[in-house]
Amino acid sequence: MPPPPPPPSHLYIYPTTLHIVLNLIPITSISLSKHQIEMDIALNNTHKFLSKIATNDGHGENSPYFDGWKAYDTDPFHHETNPSGVIQMGLAENQLCFDLIQEWIGNHPEASICTPQGGFDFKEIALFQDYHGLPEFRSAIANFMSRVRGSRVEFDPDRIVMSGGATGAHETLAFCLANRGEAFLVPTPYYPGFDRDLKWRTGVELIPVVCESSNNFKVTLEALEDAYDKAKESNIKVKGLLITNPSNPLGTFYDKETLKTLVGFINEKNIHLVCDEIYAGTVTRENEFVSIAEVLEEFPTICDHNLIHIVYSLSKDMGFPGFRVGIIYSYNDMVVNIARKMSSFGLVSTQTQHMVASMLSENDFVDNFIKESRNRLAHRHNMFTRELAQVGIGSLESNAGLFFWMDLRRFLKEPTFESEMTFWRTIISEIKLNVSPGSSFHCNEPGWFRVCFANMDDATVMVALERIKSFVHETRMLEIKTMAKIKTKKQCWQNNLQLKLSSRRLEDIMSPQYSPLNSPMLRAQN
Amino acid sequence: MAIEIVQPSVELSKIALSETHGEDSPYFAGWKAYDENPYHELHNPSGVIQMGLAENQVSFDLLEEYLESNLESANWGQKVSGFRENALFQDYHGLVSFRKAMASFMEEVRGGKAKFNPERIVLTAGATAANELLTFILANPGDALLVPTPYYPGFDRDLRWRTGVQIVPIHCESSNNFQITPEALEAAYDHARSMNIKVKGVLITNPSNPLGATIQRKVLEEILDFVTRKNIHLVSDEIYSGSAFYADEFVSIAEVLESRNYKDSERCHIVYSLSKDLGLPGFRVGTVYSYNDQVVTTARRMSSFTLISSQTQFLLASMLSDKEFTRKYIKINRERLKKRYEMIINGLKKAGIECLKGNAGLFCWMNLSPYLEEPTIESELAIWKTIMHEVRLNISPGSSCHCSEPGWFRVCFANMSEETLEVALSRIHEFITTRKQ
Repeated sequence: MPPPPPPPSHLYIYPTTLHIVLNLIPITSISLSKHQIEMDIALNNTHKFLSKIATNDGHGENSPYFDGWKAYDTDPFHHETNPSGVIQMGLAENQLCFDLIQEWIGNHPEASICTPQGGFDFKEIALFQDYHGLPEFRSAIANFMSRVRGSRVEFDPDRIVMSGGATGAHETLAFCLANRGEAFLVPTPYYPGFDRDLKWRTGVELIPVVCESSNNFKVTLEALEDAYDKAKESNIKVKGLLITNPSNPLGTFYDKETLKTLVGFINEKNIHLVCDEIYAGTVTRENEFVSIAEVLEEFPTICDHNLIHIVYSLSKDMGFPGFRVGIIYSYNDMVVNIARKMSSFGLVSTQTQHMVASMLSENDFVDNFIKESRNRLAHRHNMFTRELAQVGIGSLESNAGLFFWMDLRRFLKEPTFESEMTFWRTIISEIKLNVSPGSSFHCNEPGWFRVCFANMDDATVMVALERIKSFVHETRMLEIKTMAKIKTKKQCWQNNLQLKLSSRRLEDIMSPQYSPLNSPMLRAQN
Repeated sequence: MAIEIVQPSVELSKIALSETHGEDSPYFAGWKAYDENPYHELHNPSGVIQMGLAENQVSFDLLEEYLESNLESANWGQKVSGFRENALFQDYHGLVSFRKAMASFMEEVRGGKAKFNPERIVLTAGATAANELLTFILANPGDALLVPTPYYPGFDRDLRWRTGVQIVPIHCESSNNFQITPEALEAAYDHARSMNIKVKGVLITNPSNPLGATIQRKVLEEILDFVTRKNIHLVSDEIYSGSAFYADEFVSIAEVLESRNYKDSERCHIVYSLSKDLGLPGFRVGTVYSYNDQVVTTARRMSSFTLISSQTQFLLASMLSDKEFTRKYIKINRERLKKRYEMIINGLKKAGIECLKGNAGLFCWMNLSPYLEEPTIESELAIWKTIMHEVRLNISPGSSCHCSEPGWFRVCFANMSEETLEVALSRIHEFITTRKQ
């Protein structure tokens, strides 16, 4: 009998003090077989038995970014079967245009190698493992990337290198551009996955370039210089700057002047610039987005082109995260060459290359898709920001991404990250929405939350909005009542309540049955 | 004002600048010769015949036949939701149906002699990624894996390039048909220790590439005892397991572990892929199967860098769980490969060339040492160049596989039609005949 399998990852208990995990399975229900006990003993020795990389935290899954997902996984919202479940607003997916794609697929059976129309290609496609990729795939991607940028710039198919999603692309670039112990500068707030993608197996460091809400989180030259100098002081060699444009989690994009400033900076320091343009197609204001490719085209002598590299993927613009279509586009011949060799570790399935090649080389479809997607995203985005504004919840003004950067600073008891985490747990357990706390994005200021809006249908949007509005309303009512109560209360009762609250374990407080807002003591007073 | 570029270009990393990607090896040089002048029955009958690529092209008709009769399961159907769900699915656990199908297929390949738990299957984009991923998990930079020679040239890249891990060879000799001996294992281990290198595991390929032979059960037991004694890992790359000509001649490490009641199994890990047995290298379907829970968890997390396209998982899930189909496929595939093998062995024998007795794989291990000027690598490469340019065959020299004895060549036979194989054999025959004169 083979040994029992490990429990699914998301039910592990992470021994961190900062992030209290929703402990979803009571300890007693895990039966410990003799084998398991032996495994546990072995586990204690694993820090030598396995590598450092295998036993450190570099996988990043101890971040609250993933804790919310766990809450969702155990209690997922469903209109009919679980209408009070948690709504997933922590996943940046684009689900708004599948009808268009499905229609295309239905009309193009030859794009699949499993249909009678496309089957005669099966053998050739199945055998093709050249890391250059199918030529038609590379052309189609170059074509799509160009059209997403309003055909304002062309891309050379020979510079297109495949990777295992953008995840693989970032890791590959880190392997190519930096040695172990060297660093990339990254403006905060940034996508939590970067901590894993750029650092885990590469040993490369990330140094934050701190951005502030006071100027809408724009990247300033001062912040860049500051970060660069800090690295120098710590004896860390900076090899590059990584920006995400449009930004995750902000949903904003860089204006041309800022891009030029950044390019000037990296050129002067002679370091690389990696531009993750994975959200390029989600920009709702057409023709306003400026890609780094356009900057190079318009100002060819602005920098050494060998320093510029673009990461792209179909996961966000097309909504194909499962297909693992990651792209590295580099203006540096050597990087193209080396990254291509490394792509052996993460090639795109030729079955998928073949389908994508057919789809993205059809210009009518592509142009219409880009336009429709843009419109639907804009509509969705506006719906949210409008409704939320009505209840006094603001967000950073943005015109891109599959999310917006919500300002909940005024809901925090104190302007601290502890308060942010406490409030976040409330959002999950009471409002039943999984949103992502700004601290998991390394935001320097507590109270900001990333809220995704493109991964659900219209009906779910309404439910989510209702819940938020109810919560705001209730909070206001409670604030009024509590203020009234506190004025008339005896001092000893207050002390008693506080003692009771602090002596309970946080797990109890998080459960729906008991929360400070529903305290039996408060209820008794009504 | 535009900035003048006068500074030297920025450095890339040491990894980027190193040659550990391995592409300067003759293994790849031959491919280039082929690419420039590829054989074609009609259009280029005097071109280079590719015998350096271990591809399995003998059983595609079976796959195509299956797809033709099972269209609904291979395609998403008419509903939007079918496509959408598949396109969105990026969970690194993989499609449950696909994981189950892989476990089932691996069991079928072993004739049901071993059981595989789908929860221990971790999906990666090809065995290339699986081997690198395992290396990251089992060893630190500077540590070593012991690998028996001759071995697949790709290991130099897969195990070493980005990981910083070293390979220390376990030398195997023709005198005992290149079998791994306990003495060779100890010698390799001691050699590593003498260089102050920490050994973290042994990596074997069973059936072996390039030998084209299965590892005997007795040897597997000895290797397992060795790694247990040294408290190190054992990785068994069983990518050619479905290519053993006789089902009962292949013994998987899984069977040995089962017979030991899985004692000490947490040091064992299996790598598999569909690239050879099913002939689907383009689809990038690899797997790590580990008996170690922490390795499974960590490998799964790492697989984020190299997931299998959900489109491909979906396509293969139903096919691989269709036991009637897989049994038929595995049986017929074995028979066809055996037939090819016999064809090439007999053809070479007629030309006076001996090969290692093989019983698996997509290639044979040919012995040209009697034809070398001198028993040196230089002579081996000289004859290899001659074969490439004059005989116009791309075969792989043993030195690129780190063979300790010069004169051996890996010759692939499953990536071409029978007619092309006949042409290749007649060319060899002519070459040897001419040389003898």
